[in-house]
Amino acid sequence: MLQVSKLDAWYGASHALQDISLDVTRGEIVCLIGRNGAGKTTTLKSIMGLMGRTRGSVTFKGEELLRQPAHVRFALGLAYVPEERRIVQGLTVRENLRLGLVASKEKKREAELIAEIAAIFPRLAERMDQEAVTMSGGEQQMLAIARAMIAKPDLIMLDEPSEGIMPVLVDEMFELFRSMKAQGTTVLLVEQNVELALGIADRAYVLDQGAVVHQASAQALLADDEIKERYCSV
Amino acid sequence: MAGLSFDLIALQLFAGLALGAIYVLFAIGLSLIFGMLTVVNFAHGAFYMVGAYVGLYLISIGGNFWICLVAVPIAIGLFGLAVERVLIRPLYGRGIDYPLLLTFGLSYVMVECVRIAFGKTGYPFDTPEILQGAVDIGVGYFPLYRLFVIGATAVVLLALWLFLEKTSFGLIIRAGARDPQIVRVLGVDVSKVWLIVFGIGTAIAGFAGLLAAPLQGVIPEMGGTILAEAFVVTVVGGMGSIGGAVLAGLLVGVVVSMTSLFAPEMAKVSIFALMAVVLIVRPQGFFGRAGLMS
Repeated sequence: MLQVSKLDAWYGASHALQDISLDVTRGEIVCLIGRNGAGKTTTLKSIMGLMGRTRGSVTFKGEELLRQPAHVRFALGLAYVPEERRIVQGLTVRENLRLGLVASKEKKREAELIAEIAAIFPRLAERMDQEAVTMSGGEQQMLAIARAMIAKPDLIMLDEPSEGIMPVLVDEMFELFRSMKAQGTTVLLVEQNVELALGIADRAYVLDQGAVVHQASAQALLADDEIKERYCSV
Repeated sequence: MAGLSFDLIALQLFAGLALGAIYVLFAIGLSLIFGMLTVVNFAHGAFYMVGAYVGLYLISIGGNFWICLVAVPIAIGLFGLAVERVLIRPLYGRGIDYPLLLTFGLSYVMVECVRIAFGKTGYPFDTPEILQGAVDIGVGYFPLYRLFVIGATAVVLLALWLFLEKTSFGLIIRAGARDPQIVRVLGVDVSKVWLIVFGIGTAIAGFAGLLAAPLQGVIPEMGGTILAEAFVVTVVGGMGSIGGAVLAGLLVGVVVSMTSLFAPEMAKVSIFALMAVVLIVRPQGFFGRAGLMS
């Protein structure tokens, strides 16, 4: 479904990604792991079209994306939940959800889709008309995920969804990722909580200094203490 | 203070609101464009001036004021769309000073073109017949046309509010002013939104120019004065804040009007004195967010 090959990316003069190749098959949960600064976030940003300078190839459902702006990638069925969540200040929970639909073909079914998403996220349903940034970090993260899911993307990219969130909410969230997979959504996950991520993932890529250094099934990686020690310990 | 009755002060207050209404219309466009595009539109006064001249021209070829009220904002809005698309768009991502210098230069070009087409001297602009005269508003007789200016401004503000708060496109504008990147990630072609916002902002500027024309006549330089005053309004209200522009616009109008009653020689200075006081007490303005320019 998603193929990244020989991808390079730059922040100004600094060469942030070097020769990244990875692929994600429909229905999989694939995880990117590695230390801070290994290039995980930059990889997701490059796939979504948010990096200034890139080289190589990113194809999604057979279409070359690398020269396409972010909104075209969204229209093809890619969704991205950034690490900073980016819940929009001054908007209510409902307005943030509506924002997830403004560019979607499903826009006409707005009320129906919001009701649908509220059933999945009861915490948001209770706070629909509250200003979104007044919610807790965990609730805001749920909203960021809900906002990306509401237009029913084919592939959703999540950057550090568990960061700074209460453990009970993290469990709830990972349960949700499992059910998303069960319903056919493909997930590309960046996660610092390696054990947890590998627990739900099918496969994983290990990144270090902007390059892929290892790839394996999640099960194999879970058992591979040496790799985890070398590339993931803080 | 003999002779300064309550009624006189109340009337002067209304005159200030009418003056403020023009500031408000001018400043909301400026604010909308800055808040969304981070473009400081130095040509805003020129759009305002061209709005008045388009009205003058339409009337000279047989149109009337009511046709102008519709045609002028459309014409100036379309002109604004073209300016954004052709001149401003290539400058995005290059820092705030590039579009600022471009629009600054553009305003000179526009003023010079109008001087060539219509001459350097000004023209009077007749108040439409039905809006001539004065009405009793309880505290005394007040010019009907000024009342109309206040009413028309209220209608524009209401329409703009409904558009921003109740439509999907308004939601995109509100979100995009805070965080253009997330709006892009959610599938919106932000450059189209910027184009339309620039068009709306300039259309309102043209409308304000037309409304101001019967009050002060039209001259090629009419945009320069109001631009300086409207910058005071946006600074006092908070850069990029529409609510701030409305409140500060009316406040500036009333302050000018009141000082010209009590100390006419200080009327022009009073605006800048007000700005200085607000900046000392609250540097980001009434509703501004700190650090927006950085």
